[in-house]
Amino acid sequence: MLRFIYANDLGVFPKLADTMFRDRAAQFRERLGWDVTVDTQGHERDEYDNENPLYVIWQNADGGHGGSFRLLPTTGPTMVNDHFTHLMNGRRVESPLIWECTRFCLEKGSGPRVAAALMLGGGGIMERFEIEHFIGVFDAPMTRIYSRIGSAPTVLGAVGQGRAKTSVGLWSFSNDARARVARSAGLSPALIRLWLDRCFGREIQARKSA
Amino acid sequence: MQGPSKAKLEKILGELERASEFDGLQGVSEKLRDHFQIDHLVYHWVSSSGEQYGFGTYSVDWQQRYIEKDYLRVDPVIQGCFQRFNPVDWKRLDWTGKAARSFQAEALEYGVGNQGYSVPIRGPNGQFALFTVSHHCDDETWAAFTEKNRRDLILIAHFFNHAALQLEPGRAPEPAQTLSPREVDAMTFLAKGYSRAQVADTLSISEHTLRVYIESARFKLGAVNTTQTVARALSRGLIVV
Repeated sequence: MLRFIYANDLGVFPKLADTMFRDRAAQFRERLGWDVTVDTQGHERDEYDNENPLYVIWQNADGGHGGSFRLLPTTGPTMVNDHFTHLMNGRRVESPLIWECTRFCLEKGSGPRVAAALMLGGGGIMERFEIEHFIGVFDAPMTRIYSRIGSAPTVLGAVGQGRAKTSVGLWSFSNDARARVARSAGLSPALIRLWLDRCFGREIQARKSA
Repeated sequence: MQGPSKAKLEKILGELERASEFDGLQGVSEKLRDHFQIDHLVYHWVSSSGEQYGFGTYSVDWQQRYIEKDYLRVDPVIQGCFQRFNPVDWKRLDWTGKAARSFQAEALEYGVGNQGYSVPIRGPNGQFALFTVSHHCDDETWAAFTEKNRRDLILIAHFFNHAALQLEPGRAPEPAQTLSPREVDAMTFLAKGYSRAQVADTLSISEHTLRVYIESARFKLGAVNTTQTVARALSRGLIVV
């Protein structure tokens, strides 16, 4: 199932959080060879995990992480405005209707179904909170992954060549695309809405005080 | 209760943009409340040390009571929105605790209303503020109101925050916004009457990318739509046609 969890609520889901940060280490340091920080617990974390981001996470049947990405509003600190404005001629992107999406990660072995489910989760967020676009930084190997799930972004700017190419991309999610992805994920829009209701409702607070 | 006409909303937001002091923002919040035909509309900034600042239509009695009783610590709206950034209907918050229940009863007594919708705002340097509309009505009516107006409410929330940041010298105002060269190009062709497709074609960019330039310029200029963005860019001499 999909979960939508703010960083300060991750403690309610210890296994899910632990496996998410481990899978991020496996994907970004080991598979993609990024220069990221992995702590003594084997968790890949950066400064934006300290900004209380909202994580969209696919939780496997065993309670562990199947895939995830991380959202932050562009009116506050974001990777793209803090570190990547040179890809966009010095332009900053700040809007209440644009959120930054980073650290798109799949557990090794997670299939396109999980990627599609995550995409639907992102679409659900956009619909519910009037978000028009996600913006994010990604590198060449991710391009293939995004294309495969039918979610290729519009590239706003890029540097580097080949595997080392880094781009700033922009996503939007039309109703047509949503219906298409929902079919390939085998998840109905009603189910996504239910999961959103659950996570943006009272359940987490009830669990915290329990 | 309804959404105001776009033209009226734009006029009020124009006043918001020109507001150079606290009284101006107070006046604008009253006008917006009247336009939306709801009981209350409030902007509330809370610093990490618990210092508060705000304006809006809650009664002075309720504001004093809130501060006196230190309701920041109890208010489920603050508790549920702090450090978050998604708008929330008050029904989705946790009102089950004893302190929260008595707070709610008192808020009702002071005329806050049984319905509310709050937009948390995350600004520069860890700034946190909250924009709230509240009303007396049934769940169905309120759901229809928020569904219809939430996009405008989110934008208004950020316009208020922008104005508040500029009025408070101690709160790290953002540097004055100017349009980037690409935004100027996009706005100039739109002002000339080109369609979006024509502008995108002329600038050799996708319509997607164009939308981002427009969106970004719109936010910088505090405009509610593309027409107003172009008008403001023109009136401020940012573009010349």
